[in-house]
Amino acid sequence: MAVLAHAEAGEIAARLRDFALPEHQDLRAPENGLVMLRGRVGGDGAPFNLGEATVSRAAVKLASGEVGFGYTLGRNSEKARLIALCDALVQSRDFGGAVERDVIAPLREQLMIRRQQAAAETAATKVDFYTMVRGEG
Amino acid sequence: MYVAVKGGERAIENAHRLLAHKRRGDHGVPEVTLDQISEQLGLAVDRVMSEGSLYDRELAALAIKQARGDLIEAIFLVRAFRATLPRFGASEPVDTGAMRVQRRVSSTFKDIPGGQILGPTFDYTHRLLDPSLAQGVAPEAPATADASTAPTPRVTDILGRDGLIESSPQAEDGASVGDLTREPLNFPADRDLRLQNLARGDEGFLLAMGYSTQRGYGRNHPFAGEIRFGEVEVEFFAEDAGFAVPLGAIELTECQMVNQFKGSATEAPCFTRGYGLAFGQSERKTMSMALVDRALRARELGEEVRAPAQDEEFVMSHSDNVQATGFVEHLKLPHYVDFQSELGLLRKLRQEFADAQAPEAMKEAAE
Repeated sequence: MAVLAHAEAGEIAARLRDFALPEHQDLRAPENGLVMLRGRVGGDGAPFNLGEATVSRAAVKLASGEVGFGYTLGRNSEKARLIALCDALVQSRDFGGAVERDVIAPLREQLMIRRQQAAAETAATKVDFYTMVRGEG
Repeated sequence: MYVAVKGGERAIENAHRLLAHKRRGDHGVPEVTLDQISEQLGLAVDRVMSEGSLYDRELAALAIKQARGDLIEAIFLVRAFRATLPRFGASEPVDTGAMRVQRRVSSTFKDIPGGQILGPTFDYTHRLLDPSLAQGVAPEAPATADASTAPTPRVTDILGRDGLIESSPQAEDGASVGDLTREPLNFPADRDLRLQNLARGDEGFLLAMGYSTQRGYGRNHPFAGEIRFGEVEVEFFAEDAGFAVPLGAIELTECQMVNQFKGSATEAPCFTRGYGLAFGQSERKTMSMALVDRALRARELGEEVRAPAQDEEFVMSHSDNVQATGFVEHLKLPHYVDFQSELGLLRKLRQEFADAQAPEAMKEAAE
């Protein structure tokens, strides 16, 4: 599900477009709210409240009974609903494999490509120290 | 004396209309979009998110646009907005050790595992204005290199292995996390509340306070053990789902300040620490925060509290720029009644003064 939280709503919707979606209903209508983000003292100590973030959430139930939950940073309630729908579909015997293969796997690959590109750009700024030999330079 | 303050509605309405006009500026110039602010004035957005205490780039960009670039006004707008949404709960504490690092430097060790990674930084620029930006030129694509998969442990963890630095205080079982947005602040305040206060505190105020410790007002001999900036994952325990769900990633800057020793008859001397953490790329803010966090530990570390930066009531009561600007700027709102009473009093005093002088003057004239 982390992959979906990192994707854009449009990307998820585009990948779901080719699915003959089963009947489903909102178990929790999408809503926006806040989550208090916590850090730790010194990075690894006792928790403290750093500040809030906007979060959207939704829950969807398939006619076959599977319940999916969608949570994401930001205020895009459609994205929360799409994540909840995917979460429910992944659990269903009829759709689980296809959603993993056609929605989540390609989005995961895109995410990995973006991260690798960012990591490569970062790596180019790593300092290579060398020791000057006396008399040179 | 009672002075009725009424009227002015039309003037106010027209003033706001004029403000909207001025905000838009010259119509011959394209209107700035939220994407442009978020992408090209990213550090202003980071600051508004940090001090507005709300992670939402789009809202921060909107606030900056609405505030005409006045960041404290933008922070005010963001703080007001957050009051309109319900809170679902608190996240699991983020793990900055697992950060996807975009920048990570240490001024204490040259050869840290994972290396010194400069990332996008103003450091080492010559601070010369670049006329090419006035023209609008496309920058070169960033250089790339093979990314190492080596972990980037925190410098404080490395020092901690040898016991050279104090370990971070751990929470007691079942201890709740203080939240100054929910309970009024009381002094003395625990470290969790102090860090929350500093994290949303004004960068300029914290910079000045941190600077004052370096200049000797609460000296604590700091080294920038490590500064890191990058993305961390956020998880939230969802009551309805019954497990921790991923929310996505946020960008954070963390500063670990390493400071001079503490020790006692029973404890070997070791370095002490100050901590800074903020949304986005906020290096000046987190460094200042870490300096002030360390200074505010004076009481806990048995140091004499003499300097302003060590005085938690002073620091925490004046760090919030929304509170500060509210109180300072309220002075420009009508105080006609207050002032009338002061004026009345002053006139009376002056009359008494004149009356006291008058007989003297008459006496002198008679002599």
